[in-house]
Formats: sequence, structure tokens, C-alpha cells
Amino acid sequence: MTDSADPRLPERDRPWVMRTYAGHSDAKRSNELYRRNLAKGQTGLSIAFDLPTQTGYDPDHELARGEVGKVGVSVAHVGDMQQLVEAIPLDAMNTSMTINATAAWLLSLYIVAAERAHPPVEAAKLQGTTQNDILKEYLSRGTYAFPPGPSMRLIADTIAYTVIHVPRWNPINICSYHLQEAGATPVQEIAYAMSNAIAVLDAVRERLGDRAEELMSSVFGRISFFVNAGVRFIEEHAKLRTMSALWEELGRERYGVTDPKQLRFRYGVQVNSLGLTEAQPENNVYRIALEALAVTLGRDARARALQLPAWNEALGLPRPWDQQWSLRLQQILAYETDLLEYGDIFEGSKVMEGLVAELTAGARDEMARVAELGGAVEAVDYMKSALVESHRERWRRIETGELTVVGMNRFDTTEPSPLTADNDGGIMTVDPAVEAERRAALQEWKAARDDAVVTAALEALAVAANDPDANIMEASIAAARAGVTTGEWSQTLRDTFGEYRAPTGVGEAASAPGEDLAELRDEVERVSEALGRRIKFLVGKPGLDGHSNGAEQIAVRARDVGMDVVYEGIRLTPSQIAASAAQEGVHVVGLSILSGSHGELIPAVIAALREAGAGHVPVVCGGIIPESDAVALREAGVAAVYTPKDWNLNQMMSDIIELVAERNSVTA
Amino acid sequence: MTPAELAARLRGGDLTAAPAVLNLVETTTPEARAASAELLAALAPRELGREAPGHIIGITGPPGVGKSTLLSRLGAELRGRGRSVAILAVDPSSKRSGGSLLGDRARIDYDPADRGLFIRSTAAGERLGGLAPATRAAAGALAVAFDVVVIETVGVGQSETEVSDVADTVVVVIQPGSGDVLQFLKAGIMETPDVLVVTKADLGRVAQRAMADLHASLRSIGARDTRVIGVSSVAPVQGIDSLVEALDVHRAGLDLAARRVQARRAHALDDFVEECGARGLRALGGRRRAQRWLEDQDPDLEVPALLRGLEARAADPVPAPTPAPAPAS
Repeated sequence: MTDSADPRLPERDRPWVMRTYAGHSDAKRSNELYRRNLAKGQTGLSIAFDLPTQTGYDPDHELARGEVGKVGVSVAHVGDMQQLVEAIPLDAMNTSMTINATAAWLLSLYIVAAERAHPPVEAAKLQGTTQNDILKEYLSRGTYAFPPGPSMRLIADTIAYTVIHVPRWNPINICSYHLQEAGATPVQEIAYAMSNAIAVLDAVRERLGDRAEELMSSVFGRISFFVNAGVRFIEEHAKLRTMSALWEELGRERYGVTDPKQLRFRYGVQVNSLGLTEAQPENNVYRIALEALAVTLGRDARARALQLPAWNEALGLPRPWDQQWSLRLQQILAYETDLLEYGDIFEGSKVMEGLVAELTAGARDEMARVAELGGAVEAVDYMKSALVESHRERWRRIETGELTVVGMNRFDTTEPSPLTADNDGGIMTVDPAVEAERRAALQEWKAARDDAVVTAALEALAVAANDPDANIMEASIAAARAGVTTGEWSQTLRDTFGEYRAPTGVGEAASAPGEDLAELRDEVERVSEALGRRIKFLVGKPGLDGHSNGAEQIAVRARDVGMDVVYEGIRLTPSQIAASAAQEGVHVVGLSILSGSHGELIPAVIAALREAGAGHVPVVCGGIIPESDAVALREAGVAAVYTPKDWNLNQMMSDIIELVAERNSVTA
Repeated sequence: MTPAELAARLRGGDLTAAPAVLNLVETTTPEARAASAELLAALAPRELGREAPGHIIGITGPPGVGKSTLLSRLGAELRGRGRSVAILAVDPSSKRSGGSLLGDRARIDYDPADRGLFIRSTAAGERLGGLAPATRAAAGALAVAFDVVVIETVGVGQSETEVSDVADTVVVVIQPGSGDVLQFLKAGIMETPDVLVVTKADLGRVAQRAMADLHASLRSIGARDTRVIGVSSVAPVQGIDSLVEALDVHRAGLDLAARRVQARRAHALDDFVEECGARGLRALGGRRRAQRWLEDQDPDLEVPALLRGLEARAADPVPAPTPAPAPAS
């Protein structure tokens, strides 16, 4: 591409869109944060919604308990959305919303908030992205609400609607990000993301009917990806080059796209959180920098938008300062270095070509397997168990030292860190009063509405949901105008579409080879023999947090050391967990929470256990739990608290066996 | 809690006794075994004055056909009709580690506040035949208090053998296109179920054809009493009410006492073989002689009593047709 005499571009490239994934508590506080971030040079918004908003519950729902405003902002109606974007020029802003099951709804709220802004902004001018990728929610992230069929329809509806009415919007971000977080190898990440895109595009083509021919090319051009980048940054870069090539090929061959602009692989990135460590957390800064290189180094496969995690994400929710530190990294890369002055620096690289060829071949095989199973929707079970399996293998390699993680399984001696010395490692805490405030605000909102208008809007929404030929967007936008709440919109669709529980993937996970587990198996055998019953372990995920990868790995390992394991998947209320523990007669309960709601939910489970007559069953918990919270949890009766620094699962198993032995007076 | 107290609670219809009953019958320490035997004795027909009234239903079928989802719908339907339901879900154990992942519960919708629905998952352990060692004892005990006890197991071909020994009504679940099940049926590898359920009835013509094939197979082996029901567990749910009716019809036409006596005898013999193996069976003069001996016993005897009888007989063997092996030196 570039002239061989002059390696420089005639003009320096424009940098990617710089974002920070942010939002907490309520719309007012988040709006202040966004405006501060924009003043620091951030060029786009990335809205983090709280789990109730993501899964379609109002702040006063039982499942919302402990989660309101925690991992993101709570948005219950159009008033919240208006406040969230107040004084932010929406015609000039590029807004990314991490929203999936309820994407059609949040997009409707955004459209109505824009039409009510001063001055009003018409939908055709809005730019941004709704994540809107449900398959990866089944596979990894867990914020799904409806079964696969209706979910695919909602996705197709938003795409079919925006391509005509909000033409600058990216209605879906096919996410390979969460697949890597769930353990995907580069080949799996590529193959499953592409298969997922095919499922979506096929659904839209059907939805568009007669207009498919005319619109399919624009649809293809509006599909963007949300990708992960791990610390093996050469291979990660090759992965993105592979995806670019496969995407273009897919457009040409399957969907008849010819416009080169529409064939371009466009992606945003959040670099890897999976590889960030709680041990020596300052090292994460280097990891993040290297991962940022993976997605920016080669011009031919450079990210369109980038958001970087903060150094302390394995410790808790990052503070604005931590996020600023990450933003500065992007700015140094884009504005201080010479990165943007050159053409593609990997053009002609033998290493890159070789890696791309290898990944392409692997991805094609895996895509063929998914296609054989009937496509990505049908293959959810297969992909889920393949991911659980890959993740298990990754942990095995870390535990055996085959995979080096500096500061964690190697070079782990350290001086005390001044960054984490005087407090909890610097994390952000959400004011516990937010939940009550939000509940009260919701009541006020409901009281001020015209009930007849709301009822009519919900009825129209139900009619649209029941009519396979209707597009859900029109009725949703009307509902947003009428003042309908997030919970009401979702409940109406749940009533029509039904609830869904995704596969857990653990049942099919292969069991580990025995050598290094022999001692633990002997001990499980010995204690079980003395108890007269095999050690039975309930692994539970209370609340709305859908990050089940850790819980799944623990369930699989517990089985592999010989325990009987009850695992029910995500999104359980404390009383459901307690009922299961009592009915199942388990010896120990393990709870996993990564959303920061441990302070509310774990004591609630302990209370529920007592009520269900299982108060004697010891509880251990794991998650991103700061030390001061851990102290409080132990005082509340938790037998042990595990955090990401307890990466050695066998040690955890050994503790649990010992705990069961001790509580049941089995002598060593 | 003493076994007598537990028995009293079950006899009084106290459904909250279920977890404690399961914990007891699953425990294999000598004290627990004695207590468990005491519990079963206190629940024997001669104590109750009748057979335990609950309907024991066995549900089995190959993996992946939608048994758990069906079970979830069936449970909801029965609860909707006001019947209390206990579900005993049996999963296989890992041969390598001895451990298991018990995942059925995840697929069954339940309201934690509903005392009328009890779900217990158990691992089959080393036992062949598909049932966990304690499942039969548990089913018998829970049938005293619950209106319906459902045992769910995985597999087809061998595993339903034990289920058909214990259940009043055996249901085999298959999906359209399960040709192997037809083969098993025709070849007699699989016992004929009382009810055959074909899932995924929403597949329309495919499901219709599967049902027609099944009818043909059943006719060819002369099994005219087996009902075939098509169900769909995805919205719109269909066929669950017909399934409940088929179950009720089968149960109404059943000689319950005869079936239960047979179940207890089969259970005792299986437990005996599990404990004493082929050598024990030889000491009894072979399986058929052992069965004949069982047939001569009091029909009201509970399983532990029958087992004790078998053990006593094996310890003091009747003259066997073949000489006993010489003791190892």
C-alpha cells in the first residue's frame, strides 16, 4: 500500500474512538462522571448498566436486591435516560451501550431521550452501538432474559429497524470478547463469533423479506464486533487479521456484498480482564499496554474503538482515577508515539502470514462443526461445553506452571505495594443507600404517569410481541414515550416469550486426568466413607451476576476430585439456594459473586439457609471481594472467602474437604 | 431425629421430613443402616395397613431427549392439580473420580416457598442399573407422604430395568428419530414401558411419523396396553395433560399390592447381589431359587427384612447343585 521509498503515510491517521466503560448508581451521578470523562479527552461514551437493567428488572424486584446501581447505572425509564445524557450533544456523540436482552428497550429509551433533548436530535443522526448479542450471553455473560428464538427475533427487529430509521447506528456488536473471558482459544473465539454473526445475518435476511436484496449490503456494513485481546499480543493481532479476512469473504460469498466499505471488518475492543491478576496488581498496567498493542499495531486490522480495563479490576470496581490512568495509556499510544504515522507494519511478514493461515484453517474447521450442528443457535450447548473445557485446560496449565503468570504462579515474591497498602487497593464502592433511593424514585415516577396511557402502551407491546410479523421497535418506542418501566417492558415480553435457562456446560466437561488429583480423591473418599455419604457440594450463583466461568470451573474440579456437585446455573434468589441446599442435603455451600453485591446477598443466603433448616451447613464464597468486606463476611458466618489470588483450585478443594470433615467431626 | 419420629412425620403427611429421610437412607454407616431399616419397617404395609398410597412413576430415556424439561412441566401440572410431588433425579457418576455433576435441578422450575414439591438429585455411584443405591428405599418411604414420587434416570436399554422394578408406572421418553429405541424394544433388550412419551411434538410431521412408527413397533411385539403420548415442552406446551391422564389410567388399572410386593422382592435381591456378588448368589442356589424363596415370604415384609433373610440363608447355605469352592489357602 505504502510507497517503498517513504514508509510514512501522507497524513497521520485519526485515532480510534477512546472510551471508558463507566456508569454506576443512578443517572445523575453517571452523567456527572461522563461529562468529567469527556473533559479529559475521552471521545466516546461506553455506558455500563446495572444488572437489573440488563436483565429487565425494576429496582424493586426481588432479584434486583443488592444489585441496583452496582456494576453500572440503573435506568428504569425514559426519565432516567434523559438525565443520563443531559447536556451531552447526542448528534456528535458516539455512544456504546453494553446492553443485550433489553437492547431494543434501551435503544428505544435513547431514541426518545434524543427527541426530547434541547435542541431535539432526530434518530437519523444518532451514532453508537447496542451490544445486542444474545448468543454470547448464553455462552458466557449470562444477562439473557428470553429463549433463543424470541431473542434472535428481537435482534433482527432492532437491525431491521435501525438500518432504515437510525442508519448510523451499529445495532449489534458481535462479541467474541466474552468468549475469551470464558476460556476460548483464538480459534474458538474467531469461529464462534463468525458463526454467531451468520446466525444473526440469516435471521435479519429472513426478517427483511422482500427488502432483503436491497438492504442486506447496508445491514452487513452495520454489523460490528466487540473483540478481546489477551497478552499473547502477536497471536492476538494475527487473530484480528484472520477475522478481517474471514469477514470479507463471508460478506462476498454468503451475502453478496460488493461495496468494499461495507465489507470492512469493524471492531471495538475491551482488552482482556481474564489475565489480570489480584497478586501484584500493578503489573496489570503492563499487560493492558501490551494488549492495547495487539489491537492497534497493524493498520490493516486496527480497532475502531478501544476501552481499557483498569489495573485493579481483579480487586473491585475501579475508581474514576483508575479509569483515567487507563485512558492516558490510550492517549499516549495515539498522540505521543509514532504508531499512527505508518501504513501496515506487518505487510509481508512471514510470521504474521503463517499465524493467519493457521488460525484461518482452525477457524474454518470449527465453523464447519457449528454449521453441521445446525448453526450457532442450535450449537449453544456444544459451544458452551467446548468453552468450559478450554477454560479447564487453561487453569490446569496455570496450576501446573506450564503457563506462566508473573507474580501469580512465578516470581511471586514481592515488596509490599504502596498502591494497595493504605486501603483496599483503591476501589470504588457504591453507596448502599442508592438502592432505596432508586426504589423510591421508581414509585414517584409511577405515581406521576398516566396509567391509562401506560396500560395501552403495554397492551400494544404485547400485541406486537405476539405478532411474528410486527417489529418490536415501534411499540417499544411508543412505550418509552408513555413512561413504561424497564421491568414492565421485560415482563410483558417474558409473558409472551417465556423465561429461559441457558445450559451450564459443566455436565459435558471432560474430567481431568488423575495424577495430580490422586491425593485429593483419596481424601474425599476417606471423609465420605466416614460420613457414610459422598461429600455433596452445592455451587450457587445468587443474584443477577451472570459471570459463571469461575463457578463452573469450581464445580467441574469438585467433581473431578470425587464430590457430588449440585450446580444450578446462574440467577438464583437466596431462598432458592437455601431450598436446594436443604432438599439436596449438601455438606457445604459455595457461592460465587463477581458483581460486588456479596455484602447483601451472602448474608441473605445464610439467613435463608437457617430458615430452611440448613443453618448448620457451612458456606464458603468467592469473587471479587475486598479484604475489608471479607472480614465482615467471616463475621457474618462465612467459613472461608476466596478471591482471585486463590487461583489454586486444588488448594480450595483441600480446604473444603477439611471444612466438611471438621464440621462433621471426622478426624484427620 | 429417631427413625420412629421420622416415620411418624411421614405417616402424618409431613412433607418437610423428606430431606431427613433422604439423608438417612443414603448414609451407609452401620448405625445409619440400622436406623434406615427401622424407618422402613415402621413404614411397611403391615404397619400402614395398606401399601404406601403415593404413585411411584419411573421416567427414563436416552440423554438429551428433554426428560428434565418434561419433568419440570409434569411437576408443574401435578402441582396445579393440587398433588404433592417428590422428584428423585439420578445422574451417572464419573468412573474416574467417583464424583458427579448433578444438573437436573437446574432444568426444573420450582418455587422455593412451595413445600409440595421436593427435588433430590443423587449420583448413581458404582451401581449398575441406573439407580442410586438409596433411590428405591427413598421412593417407597416418600410414597407414604407424597401423592406422586417421580424417579428420573438416564439411559435406555439396561437402566430402566431397575426403574421398572421399583415404579408402579414406567415411562420411557424418546424424541423423534430415536430408531435405536425401536430396535431395543423389538429385540426385547428393553422392557416394554407402560407409557411412551415422544418429545418435541412441536416438530409436527416428524413427530407424527415417529409416533406412527412406535405404534407399529408396539403392535409387532404385542404390547397393546402401552400408551404413546406426544408432548412439547416448549411454548405452546402440549400433551402434558394427556400424559397425566395416561399415568392415572395406568395406576387405576394396576394391582398395586402385587406390583409393590414384586418391587420389594426384586429390590432385596438386587441389594443382596450388590453386597454379596455372584458368590453370594451361588450360595443361595442361583437367582431363580432365590426368587422362589422370596416368593414364599410374607408379602408385607419390608426390604431390609427380606435382605436379612437372604443373607442368613447364604451364610447357612442349602445344599448347592455344585460343590462350594475350596477355601483359599
